[in-house]
Amino acid sequence: MRKFALVSVPYFWLLILFLVPFLIVLKISLSDTALAIPPYTPTLDLAEGWAGIKAFFAGLDFENFTFLTEDPLYWKAYFSSLQIATISTTLALLVGFPIAYGMAQAPDEWRTTLMMLVILPFWTSFLIRVYAWIGILSTEGFLNQFLIWIGVIDTPLIIMNTKIAVYIGIVYTYLPFMILPIYAALEKLDNSLLEAAEDLGCTRTRAFWLLTVPLSRPGIIAGCFLVFIPALGEFVIPSLLGGSETLMIGKILWEEFFNNRDWPVASAVAVVLLAILIIPIILFQRNEQKQREAGK
Amino acid sequence: MAVPVFAPWEDPTQKPLIQFKGVTKRFGDFTAIDNQTLDIYTREFFALLGPSGCGKTTMMRMLAGFEQPTEGQILIGGIDMKGVPPNEREVNMMFQSYALFPHLSVWENIAFGLRRMGQPKDELEARVEEMLRLTRLTKFARRKPHQISGGQRQRVALARSLARAPKLLLLDEPLGALDKKLREETQFELMDIQEKTGTTFVIVTHDQEEAMTVASRIAVMDEGCVIQVATPATIYEAPNSVYVADFIGDVNIIEGAAKRAGTGYEITWAEGEAPLHTRKEEGEIVAIPEGGKAYLAIRPEKVAIHADKPQGVANAVQGKIIDVAYLGNLSTYHVRLANGTMVRAQTANTRRLALRPFTWEDTVWLSWTDTAAILLAE
Repeated sequence: MRKFALVSVPYFWLLILFLVPFLIVLKISLSDTALAIPPYTPTLDLAEGWAGIKAFFAGLDFENFTFLTEDPLYWKAYFSSLQIATISTTLALLVGFPIAYGMAQAPDEWRTTLMMLVILPFWTSFLIRVYAWIGILSTEGFLNQFLIWIGVIDTPLIIMNTKIAVYIGIVYTYLPFMILPIYAALEKLDNSLLEAAEDLGCTRTRAFWLLTVPLSRPGIIAGCFLVFIPALGEFVIPSLLGGSETLMIGKILWEEFFNNRDWPVASAVAVVLLAILIIPIILFQRNEQKQREAGK
Repeated sequence: MAVPVFAPWEDPTQKPLIQFKGVTKRFGDFTAIDNQTLDIYTREFFALLGPSGCGKTTMMRMLAGFEQPTEGQILIGGIDMKGVPPNEREVNMMFQSYALFPHLSVWENIAFGLRRMGQPKDELEARVEEMLRLTRLTKFARRKPHQISGGQRQRVALARSLARAPKLLLLDEPLGALDKKLREETQFELMDIQEKTGTTFVIVTHDQEEAMTVASRIAVMDEGCVIQVATPATIYEAPNSVYVADFIGDVNIIEGAAKRAGTGYEITWAEGEAPLHTRKEEGEIVAIPEGGKAYLAIRPEKVAIHADKPQGVANAVQGKIIDVAYLGNLSTYHVRLANGTMVRAQTANTRRLALRPFTWEDTVWLSWTDTAAILLAE
């Protein structure tokens, strides 16, 4: 009974703060837009009893989802988001793995400090850190000034308001989520395994690919999902750094909701986004489960 | 038909497989190995024995190539190993932690080293199967290391390190993680496998019983120095120092002043007591300065215990039984001599306990022959 109570707490939490809001969003996505408060119909009128409930369900349809497939803007935005999230995740892995590897190889007394340095950016507001990148990447920014000063380029590079700026922003912001799980996996790696591989005829490089990489795979997968999932729905970074040419679904969602005040379409966009995210989330949880079983 | 005794170290025409030549290894200020010279021969089962921190593991890691000597040379098969990385040595090591690859099956673990040699597929498979049979692991080939027991893991580690048919196999405390009974069984298995494969084994251990059981020769080490290299019997019967005598088995040490007397020595050990006598076997040469300080080492099982003063024995001393340790098959009597020296005498319990002739506080006589004790300078 006590066990049941303990287990039910997180499930109750999820029910109240995830499932119920999701059902509300799902309901709105099936509604029609209206000039009213709230700006959609139908609304549930319990005062009319059974007839009211029937009328309510009769008013729901999949019109908004059909609309999403008809207007190329939406699927282009989804595709572009997937592309940006995939590329950013790959870049974050390429940057994060060496950092995590370096941390795991560092002497014991340094590791806490290195870990602190990785987490440190979180102590500043996310928004301020993204704004700071505008100062660095813009045409008159520090990066261009520096490159012109050392004579590498004559005309400033256009980075701001391109996808490159979005990649930089996402990789920078989500890098700790990539580093920490990989570091946790690499830190546990027994050095004698690498020695054994060397003893059995591997060069160090080969031992790295045959042992270090496969044994840190759970960390790599966890890190990739932790970057990919938020990057896919990212709104702030493409808005601030990507300019108008970067199409991302988070931005579309915001525009539908606040500019067009079309709550039903915005909700439909959100529901589809969630459906896209659920696939990697399920894969991620499978991976976690496997890892736990292997650890037994 | 006499079986020739395996003793290549006594044959000057034999070339050693491994030669340490004035090897010193320092880690910063710490000297792990201090100018050591040592030869190990082909097909030997050689044990490096010593307490933890004595440098035995460092010796082994230098053979494997994980450490480079600071000074001196290590030769394997006559070739200087300086700068040769571990993956290019015909040496394999069985790690203390076994270091099995957790993401690979038992089969793949054993095949790992063979794959690096670029063998044809059928040869590789045949070799893995052979190794599985040798270590009785065929049934577990598809399991992952975490799905098998400690003893099985130990055998996988052995099979993996033997698969490449190395010239030399290094075993770092190979049985340390096993319980006593399994350890004893495995010791004989190891000897059996060593004989079957004809590989030279070098084992590192802190367990003197294990070293005595498996090894053809033992190197007793202390603080980065090899103190004595000899067969288990010689190490036990004729240790060259108090350290070795004390490290291997149980020993009584009686301190005294030695004086030459005929073919042996006479040791004055306490005032008012008859001197003790020792005679040396041929070939045992211990230089004791005349009248100098000497230590007499006697194994407890070589000390006889009597109620009355025995006649016609080389050494007899009187004492009082302070303690009796009953070990089932043996009893050890702790006897205090007149000058306070404690001497242990061990007797086999061939009779029932109730018939034991001696007990606490009894005054008894201890005796031993003049060849039973070994005279040591330090």
